[in-house]
Amino acid sequence: MEQNSLLTYLILIPLIGSFLILFIKKEQANHVRYAALGISTIAFLLSLVIYFQFDSSNSDFQFIHKIQWIDGLNIYYHVGIDGMSMLLVLLTTFLTPLTLISSWSSIESKVKEFTFFFLMLEVGMLGVFISLDLFLFYIFWEAMLIPMYFIIGIWGGKERVYAAIKFFIYTMFGSLLMLVAIVWLAVYAIGPLGYFTTNLVELYKVAPQIPMNIQIWMFLAFGFSFAIKVPLFPLHTWLPDAHVQAPTAGSVILAGVLLKMGTYGLLRFNLPLFPEASIAAAPYISILAVIGIIYGALVAMVQTDVKKLVAYSSVSHLGFVVLGIFAMTQESIQGAVIQMINHGLSTGALFLLVGIIYERTHTREIADYGGLAKIVPVFSFALMFASLSSVGLPGLNGFVGEFLILLGAFQSPILNSWWYTVFAASGVIFAAVYLLWMYQRVVFGEVKNPKLNGLKDMNGREIFVLVPIFIFIVWIGIYPSTFLKVSDRTSAKIVKQIYNPVKISPVELGLNKLSK
Amino acid sequence: MFNNFQEFWNILPLVIIGAGIVISLLIEMYSNKSETILPWFSVLLFLAAGLHALYYVGDVSIVLQNMLATGGIANVFYAIFTLGAAVVCLLSIDYIKKYGTYFGEYYIILQSSVLGMMLMAGAKDLFVIFLGLELMSVSFYILAGMNRKKLNANEASLKYFLLGAFATGFIVYGIALIYGSAHTTSIDYITSNFAELTKNLLFIAGVLLFLIGFSFKIAAFPFHMWVPDVYEGSPTTVAALFSTGGKAAAFSAILATLLALFNGPDGNLFTPYLAVISVLSMFYGSIVAIAQDNIKRMLAYSSISHAGYLAIGLAAGNHDAVAGIVFYLAAYTFMNLGAFGIISLIEGKDETNLNINSYAGLGNRKPLLAALLAVLMFALAGIPPFAGFFGKYYIFIAAIKAHLTWLAILGVLSSAISVYFYLRIVVLMYFKSSEDEIVIEDSRNSMIAIIFSVIVIILLGVFPGTFLSLVTKFI
Repeated sequence: MEQNSLLTYLILIPLIGSFLILFIKKEQANHVRYAALGISTIAFLLSLVIYFQFDSSNSDFQFIHKIQWIDGLNIYYHVGIDGMSMLLVLLTTFLTPLTLISSWSSIESKVKEFTFFFLMLEVGMLGVFISLDLFLFYIFWEAMLIPMYFIIGIWGGKERVYAAIKFFIYTMFGSLLMLVAIVWLAVYAIGPLGYFTTNLVELYKVAPQIPMNIQIWMFLAFGFSFAIKVPLFPLHTWLPDAHVQAPTAGSVILAGVLLKMGTYGLLRFNLPLFPEASIAAAPYISILAVIGIIYGALVAMVQTDVKKLVAYSSVSHLGFVVLGIFAMTQESIQGAVIQMINHGLSTGALFLLVGIIYERTHTREIADYGGLAKIVPVFSFALMFASLSSVGLPGLNGFVGEFLILLGAFQSPILNSWWYTVFAASGVIFAAVYLLWMYQRVVFGEVKNPKLNGLKDMNGREIFVLVPIFIFIVWIGIYPSTFLKVSDRTSAKIVKQIYNPVKISPVELGLNKLSK
Repeated sequence: MFNNFQEFWNILPLVIIGAGIVISLLIEMYSNKSETILPWFSVLLFLAAGLHALYYVGDVSIVLQNMLATGGIANVFYAIFTLGAAVVCLLSIDYIKKYGTYFGEYYIILQSSVLGMMLMAGAKDLFVIFLGLELMSVSFYILAGMNRKKLNANEASLKYFLLGAFATGFIVYGIALIYGSAHTTSIDYITSNFAELTKNLLFIAGVLLFLIGFSFKIAAFPFHMWVPDVYEGSPTTVAALFSTGGKAAAFSAILATLLALFNGPDGNLFTPYLAVISVLSMFYGSIVAIAQDNIKRMLAYSSISHAGYLAIGLAAGNHDAVAGIVFYLAAYTFMNLGAFGIISLIEGKDETNLNINSYAGLGNRKPLLAALLAVLMFALAGIPPFAGFFGKYYIFIAAIKAHLTWLAILGVLSSAISVYFYLRIVVLMYFKSSEDEIVIEDSRNSMIAIIFSVIVIILLGVFPGTFLSLVTKFI
C-alpha cells in the first residue's frame, strides 16, 4: 500500500463495508454484527498503521492524498492529517468497534440497518477529521447528519422523533451558514490567488488578510456551526434531548466523537483562518465557555435521570475544551486536544455503563437504584472508575487535560485575567459533587428497590468493551506524553498561525497568477 | 429547408420526437394494441433523442436560418427533457392502468409537450420561444385534465389554461415591445446590442413583461397561485412533468433570451427585480409547504421555493449562475420525478393516500421504496452528497461572486426551513407506525423509473464535475 492512499483506504473500508453488509440476509443478524465488527476492526488496525508511520516531529499535514474532483471549481479530493487529526482519527476508529460490541444485545430490531448507519457515521466522522478541502469537509460534515438522525430516530427512546428532528434542524441550520462562509472564502481567494479555491492549506495564507470587519462575520459563520456542535452554551439545548433519546451506541459515539467535530472545527478553521477575529472574540467566547462549565455542572447536579446527568456533564466538560481553545496558549490548546480525547473516553465509558444497567432494569431514574455495590460489584467498580476519570482525579486522564487548560487559561495573554480560571476551576469541584453524589445514590446504601435483587453483573462482552477504554484512561493519566507529543507540533503551529499568520507576499502572489 | 445533411443531423432529437408524434398517431389509429405499444414506443423515442443529444453535445451550431441552436447547452436541455419524459412514460404505464383512464392521446400529447420544451431550449428567435411555449402549454392544459371524469381534474385544467393564457398575454406583449424597440426578434441581435437597447424604455418594459410572463411559467411568487391546485388536480405523473420539464423549459427560455445579462459585467438592470422575486418565492414556498398535509400540494409549494433558488442564479447573472441553473434544473428534474413517481405508486385509486400520513410506517412495509424516497427527500432538502446540494452550492457561488452574499444567506435560511417539511416525510416513514395498512401495488416499470432517477441524482451528486464541465464549456 502506498503511504499516501492510506487515509483514503481508511475511509473506503467502512464505506464499502457498510454497503456489503446490506447484502447479508436480515435473518442472519449475528453475521451482520460480526461483519461490522470485522470491518471496523480493520479500520482501527489501519489507523494504527498510520499512527506508527506518523511523524510527530513534523507539523505539516502528512499522508496527503489529492485527486482532482470538480475541475471547473478547482475542488479536490484532498485529505491529510496532522497531530490533532491523528489523535481524533484514532479515537474514532477505537471507539467504533467497541460501541458496536456494546450494542450486540441492545439492538435487536433492524440490526442490518443499524450497522449500515453506524459504519456510515464512521465514514462521516473520519472524513471530517482528515479533509483538507473545505468543500470536502462540508460534505462529510453534513452527510454525517443523516445516519445519526436515523440512529436516534429509529432506535432511540420514547421522545426519539422530537430529539432526532431537533438534532437535525439545529445542526443543519448552523452548518448552512458555514456553507455561505466557505463559498465566500473561496470567492475571496480569487483576489490574492487568482483562482477560486477551497484548499485549506492555501486558504491559511489568504484568509488572515481579510479585513477585520468582514473577518468577524466569517468567524461567526464558521463559529456558529461549530458552537452548535460542541455545544457551547446557550446553543446546547439539542444535546440533552439527543443524548437521552439516542440508543447507548448512539450516545457513546455522539459524546465520544461527534461533539469533538465542533471543537476540532474551531481549532482547524476558526483560529488559523481568522486569527484577528479569533483574538477579538476570545474573551466573549471564553465567558460563554465558563458559563457552560458552571451551568452544565449545576444542571447536571439536579438531574434525576442518570443519562441526562451524563449529558449535561458533557456541556460542562466541553466548556473546558472551548476555554482551552480560546485561551490560545500552547498549553491550553494541548490541554484542549487531550481533553477532547479524554472526554471521548470517560463520557463514552459512562454512557456505556448507563446503557448496561438500563438494559437490565429499564430505568434510568437515580431514585430507582441504590445499593448496587452489593449486587453488581464489577459494575459498581467500573462506574466508580469512569466517574473518577470524568471528575479529573489526578492519575487518571481527566486531570491532565483540565490541568493544562486551567494552566493555559491562567497564563493566557488574550484572556489576561485570572477570573476565567477561578470560575472554570469551580466546575471541577462541581463535577466531583454531582458525579460522586450520583454514585452514592446509585451504588451505596441499602437496596430499596426489590427489583434490583438478582441483577446480573457485567458479562464478559461488556467487560471486554470497557477494559481497553480504562487502559487508556490510566495510560493518559500516568504517562500523557505518549499522546501529548503527537499533537505538540500541531498545537505549536496553531499558536503560531494565530499570532504570526502567514500572509502571501506580493512575490508569491505574482508567481501564483503566472502558474495558473 | 435544411441547408445540408449536417443541419438535419444536428436537429435530429427534435426530428425524432416530431416524427414520433406522427407515427404514434398512426399507431393509435390503426393498432388494437396501442395501449401496450405506445408507452414503450415513447420511451424508446425519448431515449433515442436524449442519447443523440448527449452524444452530439459538442456539435454547436445554429440552424434553420438562425432560428434554432443545437449542441451545447441546448443539447443538455434536450437530454434533460427527453430523459425526464422517458421516466414520466414509465411511471404512467401502471398509473394509467390503476385509474383505468387510458386515452391514446396521452402519450402523443406528452411527446408534443416535450417537442415544445425542446423548441424553447434551442430558440434563437423570440418567435420560436413563443412557438415552443404554446406547444408545451397547450399540451399541458390538456394533460392536466386528462382524467376527464374527475371534477377537480377539469378544474385544474381550466385554471391552468386561464392563468397560462394570461401569462402568454404578458409574454406576447413583451415580445411585441421588444420587437418594436429592437426591430427584430433575433435573440443574437438582441444579445449583442443589449447595452444599446436598454437605453430604450420600451425595450426594458418589454423585457420586464416577458419576465413577468415567465414568472408564471416557472411558478415564482407572486405568480404562483395556480401551482398547488393544478398539481393536486392533475394526474400525478403529469404533475411530475409540469414541475420538472415545464419549469426547466421556462428557465431555458429565460436563459436563452437574457444571455446578454450573463455576458456583461456582474450585476444588471434586472437584478433587483429578480432578487426580490427570488426571496419572496423561496420563503413563501417553504413556509407554506410546512402547513401542507397533501403531499402533492407540499411538493407544489416546495417547487415554488425551488424556483426562488433558481432565480437567485438569474439575479446573480454571471457565468457561474448559468452553470448553476442548468445543473440545478437537471438535479431538480430527477429529484422531483422520483418523488412524484413514488407518490404515484402509493396513491390509491381515486386519489386516496395522498395525505402525508399515508407514508407512516413505509420503512417497515416497503423498505426499498422508503429508502429511495428518503434519498429523494434528502436530495430535495439540499443535503450532501446528493445532487440537490450541488445545485444550491453552484447558485450560491454565483450569488457571492456577484456580491449578493445577502441573497445567498437568505437562500440558506429558506433551505433550513425546507429541511423541516422534507424531513417530515422521512420521520413518518421510519419513525411512526401506520394506523391503517394501505395496499401498494408493485409496479416494475415505475420502480425502474424511480431507481433510474435516484441513480442520476447520486451520480450528479458524487461526480458533479462531469456534468458541470459539459455545461461550462459552452457558456
